[in-house]
Amino acid sequence: MAEKTEKTEKKPEIKLSTDAKITWCPGCPNFAILVAFRKMMEEMISAGELKQENLVACAGIGCHGKISDYINVNTFTSLHGRVIPAMTGIKCANPKLTVVGFSGDGDSYSEGLEHLIHAARRNSDIKLFIHENQVFALTTGQANAVSPLGFKGKSTPFGSIEEPFSPLLTMLSVGATFVARTYAPDIHNTGKIMRAAMAHKGFAFVDIIQPCLTFFDTREFFKDRLYWIDEKLPTDNLGRAMDLVRNEDGRTPLGIFYKADRPTFEESLMKEI
Amino acid sequence: MKNDPHNDNEVFTVGLGGAAGDGVREAGQNLGILLTDLGYEVFLSFTYPSLIRGGHNFARISFSKEKIWTDHEKLDVLIALNEESVKKHVGELNKDAVIFADSFDEEDKKTFGENAVELPMSASSKELGVPPITRNSVAVGALCYLLDLHFPTMQKILDIVFRDKKLGANIKLADIGFEFMKKMNFRHTKKIDLANASVRTKKIFTDGNSAFGKGLLAAGLDFYISYPMTPSTGILHYLAGEQKKVPTLKVIQPENEISVINMALGMAYAGKRVAIGSATGGFALMQEAFSFSGMAELPLVVAVSQRQAPATGVPTFSSQTDLRFAIHSGHGEFPRIVLAPGDTEEAFLAGANALNLAWKYQVPVIVLLDKILSEHSATSAFDGANGGAKIKIEKGKIWDGKNGAGGKGDDGKAVYGRYEVTEDGISPLAFPGTPNAVVKITSYEHDEAGITAEEAEPVKKMVDKRFAKKDTLVGDLKNQETVKVYGDKNSENVLVFWGSTKGPVMEASKYFDKPVKMVQVVWMEPFDSERVKQELSGAKKIIDIECNHDAELASLIREKTGILIADKILKYDSRPLDPVVLAEEINKFKIIIKIWQRKQRKQKKSLR
Repeated sequence: MAEKTEKTEKKPEIKLSTDAKITWCPGCPNFAILVAFRKMMEEMISAGELKQENLVACAGIGCHGKISDYINVNTFTSLHGRVIPAMTGIKCANPKLTVVGFSGDGDSYSEGLEHLIHAARRNSDIKLFIHENQVFALTTGQANAVSPLGFKGKSTPFGSIEEPFSPLLTMLSVGATFVARTYAPDIHNTGKIMRAAMAHKGFAFVDIIQPCLTFFDTREFFKDRLYWIDEKLPTDNLGRAMDLVRNEDGRTPLGIFYKADRPTFEESLMKEI
Repeated sequence: MKNDPHNDNEVFTVGLGGAAGDGVREAGQNLGILLTDLGYEVFLSFTYPSLIRGGHNFARISFSKEKIWTDHEKLDVLIALNEESVKKHVGELNKDAVIFADSFDEEDKKTFGENAVELPMSASSKELGVPPITRNSVAVGALCYLLDLHFPTMQKILDIVFRDKKLGANIKLADIGFEFMKKMNFRHTKKIDLANASVRTKKIFTDGNSAFGKGLLAAGLDFYISYPMTPSTGILHYLAGEQKKVPTLKVIQPENEISVINMALGMAYAGKRVAIGSATGGFALMQEAFSFSGMAELPLVVAVSQRQAPATGVPTFSSQTDLRFAIHSGHGEFPRIVLAPGDTEEAFLAGANALNLAWKYQVPVIVLLDKILSEHSATSAFDGANGGAKIKIEKGKIWDGKNGAGGKGDDGKAVYGRYEVTEDGISPLAFPGTPNAVVKITSYEHDEAGITAEEAEPVKKMVDKRFAKKDTLVGDLKNQETVKVYGDKNSENVLVFWGSTKGPVMEASKYFDKPVKMVQVVWMEPFDSERVKQELSGAKKIIDIECNHDAELASLIREKTGILIADKILKYDSRPLDPVVLAEEINKFKIIIKIWQRKQRKQKKSLR
């Protein structure tokens, strides 16, 4: 376990880190996600697009969830799998708040999948960043809902007998209005996609491929498979987006696949009856 | 039969039976409103199986001049909307009970003679060209005749009852029923006089779920979130309907109970007053998040309405089997409040108090209801129930921005800590969106700033902080109505009970001829051991009355006070206690000798 302390930002007006000790494994791509997020927050706050006090960062339980201790903003660290309904609750309670959430594949693709689907369906105005490492890491390496068939973990020593599902395809088919994927080590593009998600009105879903260096190191696997889709392609074509994320050529596309404009749950709720 | 307590001259009971979908409940509710508005005290029970169409539905309305705590089993009038209703309730008729039906078979005609009235219910609604569901209004009119109710007043009230619901045809149908009986020159049955019959009372006729919802609203509810589950669904329906009248109220029905409670916790974190509700089965699904609300100190009100369990159980019937479950709910140790109201007026107060208590102490508060309390209706006075005082909205300890757990920052401003350790254990509240406050809450154990803590010292410090809060709460119990005592407060004979069992006990007490002290425990957690001990310790005989198998209250009293209650009346067949049957049961313990004497004396007096 890493025992280093995160350096405190020098600028007193925007203090985005805390004094909490970071306990991710050395080199974990979660550090890259943390850096991308802090950078994006700093840019938005400096640009006057966001007030620090109006940002709420939520997290589930899993390695990803530790992030809330490392950022000096309002945070809500939920239970395992239950971050999404809490985010909707916060947004309903105070629509002025910008509600972002971190979740893992164990957190939202295994335990709390129903919340992911229903929040997308109702277009809750929340931004969700999912750390997808295809393994339960905090519990030291078991298969989860997106681990590949044949995955050998501590609970499947002879190989997983279950097919994984495609979260992106699922999100597109249940009505998510912003669907994107990025690769954690690519800090620049992850930050860019996060910022686009923040700017989106409605349910923004960002899957972040985050290889687990300890229990499922997929860096080699993804090395030649990942590619960024052409940014100039229109993002309003659901059929094309679905074709893209099916990865039928064996490659894994990254980028913003789909965007749509539809009334959010919270604005409909707050309308006078 | 004149000594038959069932034939009580001071209570009148009407049964209304039909198939599901016949509007039995609505007709009963309308009759209850009518009788309440005339100045009567009314209690309505509604019995139905777990299905939508075709099963047998039965509403029973008992009314009287004095407060009526629960309905009686024996009927003075039976309104049968189908044939099955006659056959099913024939054993429950008082002598000379009148039965209204469209038609009777020869056998019934022979049995009941002139008391079997063939009332043109279906024919009249057909003639008016209105749906058959309205036909019960003919019977309501006929009943008014039978009771010799002041006709113009009755008509005026019927007008209001039905006009509110935009059902003009019902008034016409009630008229038809009334005139039909008049033309027959049918006798008037026993009459229950009212001193001020023409005075429209300030009391309202309502069910416990709506009363609880009204209490929440009185204390400033912002959000109600629920996934439907009998018998709690009425709260959801009532509050959903109120959104138009109360624009600040929002009602949400998410995908499941787990979503319900987690959504609510997000709202509480952001500073909104929120309540959720379910039957105990749904609450069982919420356990992990209930514990989270204890850990994160997020104010939350949970209505838990009991039905016959375990598992899916008997969904539309009642029980008091979840007292232990409620007080122990959520894993881990943390302070919580459990209130168990016993009637509609107490349900109203519990709703209001629960919301204020949740915010004052930053704890989850459970209001334990059951099918009877949730779905049965009674004539209720909410203003009087609170001694005329208006419900106050207590917002709790809000952060003033001057001092903080983190001392002063580089900018000289106070650094907020959500879990600041204070003497009373209650930390100042700030909500996201507050400049200069970083509000961090978490399901992990944490330090004062809300950052994960795993070392022994901060872990113990936070446990102590949460339990300091409980000490504060226990110290404040003296200001709360934790226990209520009725009857003869000096009697050595004590009945002890909780929740909706209050109704049958209070109603049964009308038949007691020897002084009895009746003790209702309202606060289940924290348990007011001192007060309960004080009320029970002088007793020679204590009888515990509950609708469960394990005598959960008796066991709790033993645990908290050391007092062993050996005598128990326990009912666990999912059906409500009948007050007369209960009085007979209590009589077996020889504490209320000559049980019917008072009634008999009264009757003799009136004959003279």
